[in-house]
Amino acid sequence: MTNTPFTPGIVPARLGAQDLAENFSDLHPPLDGHEALVAADRCYFCHDAPCITACPTAIDIPLFIRQIATGTTASAAQTIFEQNILGGMCARVCPTETLCEEACVRETAEGKPVLIGQLQRFATDSLMAADGHPFERAAPSGKRVAVVGAGPAGLACAHRLALHGHDVEVFDARPKAGGLNEYGIASYKSTNGFAAAEVSWLLKIGGITLSTDKALGRDITLEGLRGEFDAVFLGIGLTGVNALRAEGEARDGVADAVEFIADLRQADDLGALPVGRNVVVIGGGMTAIDAAVQSKLLGAENVTLVYRRDRDAMPASRYEQDLATSRGVRFIFNAMPLEVLGNGAATALRCEYTKAEGRSLSGTGETFDLPADQILKAIGQTLEGAPEAVRLEGGKIAVTGAGRTSADNVWAGGDCASGGEDLTVTAVAEGRDAAEDIHATLIGGA
Amino acid sequence: MADLTSNFIGIKSPNPFWLASAPPTDKEYNVVRAFKAGWGGVVWKTLGEDPNVVNVNGPRYGAIYGADRRLLGLNNIELITDRPLETNLREIKAVKAAWPDRAMIVSIMVPCEEASWKYILPLVEETGADGIELNFGCPHGMSERGMGAAVGQVPEYIEMVARWCKQYTRMPVIVKLTPNITDIRYPARAAKSGGADAVSLINTISSITSVNLDTFSPEPSIDGKGSHGGYCGPAVKPIALNMVADIARDVETAGLPISGIGGVTTWRDAAEFLALGAGNVQVCTAAMTYGFKIVEEMKSGLSQYLDEQGISLDDLIGRAVPNVTDWQYLNLNYIAKARIDQDACIKCGRCYAACEDTSHQAISMSEDRTFEVIDAECVACNLCVNVCPVEGCITMEELAAGETDPRTGKTVSADYANWTTHPNNPGAVKAAE
Ligand SMILES: Cc1cc2nc3c(=O)[nH]c(=O)nc-3n(C[C@H](O)[C@H](O)[C@H](O)COP(=O)(O)OP(=O)(O)OC[C@H]3O[C@@H](n4cnc5c(N)ncnc54)[C@H](O)[C@@H]3O)c2cc1C
Ligand SMILES: Cc1cc2nc3c(=O)[nH]c(=O)nc-3n(C[C@H](O)[C@H](O)[C@H](O)COP(=O)(O)O)c2cc1C
Ligand code: SF4
Repeated sequence: MTNTPFTPGIVPARLGAQDLAENFSDLHPPLDGHEALVAADRCYFCHDAPCITACPTAIDIPLFIRQIATGTTASAAQTIFEQNILGGMCARVCPTETLCEEACVRETAEGKPVLIGQLQRFATDSLMAADGHPFERAAPSGKRVAVVGAGPAGLACAHRLALHGHDVEVFDARPKAGGLNEYGIASYKSTNGFAAAEVSWLLKIGGITLSTDKALGRDITLEGLRGEFDAVFLGIGLTGVNALRAEGEARDGVADAVEFIADLRQADDLGALPVGRNVVVIGGGMTAIDAAVQSKLLGAENVTLVYRRDRDAMPASRYEQDLATSRGVRFIFNAMPLEVLGNGAATALRCEYTKAEGRSLSGTGETFDLPADQILKAIGQTLEGAPEAVRLEGGKIAVTGAGRTSADNVWAGGDCASGGEDLTVTAVAEGRDAAEDIHATLIGGA
Repeated sequence: MADLTSNFIGIKSPNPFWLASAPPTDKEYNVVRAFKAGWGGVVWKTLGEDPNVVNVNGPRYGAIYGADRRLLGLNNIELITDRPLETNLREIKAVKAAWPDRAMIVSIMVPCEEASWKYILPLVEETGADGIELNFGCPHGMSERGMGAAVGQVPEYIEMVARWCKQYTRMPVIVKLTPNITDIRYPARAAKSGGADAVSLINTISSITSVNLDTFSPEPSIDGKGSHGGYCGPAVKPIALNMVADIARDVETAGLPISGIGGVTTWRDAAEFLALGAGNVQVCTAAMTYGFKIVEEMKSGLSQYLDEQGISLDDLIGRAVPNVTDWQYLNLNYIAKARIDQDACIKCGRCYAACEDTSHQAISMSEDRTFEVIDAECVACNLCVNVCPVEGCITMEELAAGETDPRTGKTVSADYANWTTHPNNPGAVKAAE
């Protein structure tokens, strides 16, 4: 090995293959049978359970846990998939600490919720490992629906439509389906090519055609789709990134965190991925955390995350923050970037401390310089390429009800649509609900 | 998805899960919600003669718990319905009319006089109910008045009342048996001779759940005093299973349909009752502990199990009965040894304590807490398996014929041999000489 964490600049192979493999292994190794039974035993089978309410897809959590406890894991998985066809991915990536597990009454009682996410993985993994697909399509309806975007929203929508007997064509601009499941989620949350495996499993329902490398606005148009299909669902996510608006943003070494992560997710050999010695990540959401943690796991010596507000205002949960600090990421709160310093390539980031008055922020005048050869921007994604026919609202496609846009027969859901948190599980819920609404509309109008 | 449709003595229901006669079934409001939740049928809370009985106005229930306050046994001193007969009949009729596909059984308890039964049966029949269940089981409050368990403990009364019922109604008659009796076969035989279409069991077991050690009153305590109640819930399942099996394999009651009751909490409990000969099951405590929704797990679980076994509901019913036998017919040449899976072992040492202190000193413990079975001492009693906290860590392994049992030094025989022919048995039947 030629490089180490101390090698200057942005270089590959700071760590050996074995360290990398260990660093990027499963964040939570799967529960074994005994662990699952012990964990399941703790569920109280609450009435009108708060965890169900807290789950955007409203999975019947007490029921599936009881099904695990009584040795019928396949039934447990069925209970999950009926509500959330991407229950396998959600079990891995949901911030359960702010969703179901936060609502668990045992969190109130003992500060230790039932391990809902891990139990969900136990159930879904076991059914997905078995052959076949647990759902059967209804009789063909003769209706055709176009789904644009093969992320969680589009996939959930396509599956539910196919289930109801409609024929679905899914278009995606990228070469692979899965959306951010494939290109965004942290590697240690979705190991062993799970995202791709999940897509193939989902497609086993039948009736879904996948057309990759087909971008709306480039290869296809909304008008064309509306002419050819009975309905259109837009699940195009947020593919644009916000600008830093700091001086020197164009210097070498400054990159988008999402792109950095996408490269990482697609890398066959993590050792070939270059990473800085001094990495600074700007932002406070999941993307910032994931970029920071994964830089550290790739072998960066120093990783600092700079967030302009205080800890409580940070969108990433306390659990995510603690995960980052446990991996050696340093947090600087109440600071904003002013200027990328360096001669050609970045060498440092000049920041200024901030003070907040309500929602408005201003600099205090006090500045400091952080050594930085790599600067990753994670300050939010924006909607890009939304068709003109649909009305926007707050930078997203305006929707009412179950994802109805301002254009007839066009629905939208997931990150690109207004309302709801930008989470995988929310995208699934919105895709599914839009599919139900499309189904009702198509059948009602038949 | 397996077909769970049930046909019990001609009474059809979408699944074999009925709610037992008890608070969950004591009014229209409950029963409608139970049907919405997916229960296959109900046995309405026991009706009696007017004026209606009254209940205590303090605690009716006592409980015992397992770890983590899991309710294992419930005890109650509640009586039969405390609402006027007319109210119940009106509601039964309305529910049956609104839910024709669900089983509606009406439980009845009136004095042991022909006139009382002759009076009430037509009223019940008029509701359109699918059948009646005779409550000969309640062990408290009613038995002191010559009803409930007081009838159930006298086979002649059971036979007599069952006969009246068959005479005065077209509805199928189920006799609900009390477990507070020495040999359950006698009341079951009496029900059969009286012409009953089926028996259901068990009702609750006379019990005191606990004593308050400050006030010295049994719990539940009413103004400083307590009386025995009826015990039910998971804790009574083994007693109920045994009684169901006793009736299922008794030659005199062979073929008499059984509705299994007592501690059914999961699909698995239900499947066990069915395998031991019950045609369906009734549930009370589990619903009272977790709400009506638990039926979903019972249905999905039973369905998955039947699919995995590749058998139908009917195939399951009674499937274990031929394997229930008496002790003297157990094969004494079957020899097993405990096996500890060292990878699964968490080294708690409970198996060691159990075997060393109270069994056969057949487990060794090393300095580094490795626990191993000493085959020369192990009698395969199963105690270590039962006390081990890790499921599947300790198992029983059968010795194959031809192997030597290190404990006895004898070669394991492939032949079946039981106590009836054992040389130590003074009454042994000698093989024909
Ligand atoms: C780095 C990162 C980490 C995250 N971690 C988590 C996490 O741990 N847990 C969590 O719950 N959420 C997480 N999220 C959020 C989550 O990934 C998103 O909320 C979710 O993927 C949204 O799903 P979607 O289907 O709306 O959009 P996307 O997943 O973005 O999918 C949109 C799809 O549309 C395609 N597309 C875009 N434009 C076009 C076009 N013009 N024509 C055709 N196709 C197009 C894209 O190629 C993509 O496949 C994370 C997000 C990021 C960026
Ligand atoms: C509070 C309570 C009231 C009951 N009342 C009746 C009754 O009125 N009639 C009857 O036949 N059985 C009655 N039972 C007995 C139940 O129907 C059932 O036989 C018993 O509880 C065992 O089943 P389980 O273990 O599922 O609870 C009652 C049980 C309880 C707990
Ligand atoms: S359950 Fe509690 S609140 Fe309800 S009647 Fe009984 S004692 Fe009262």
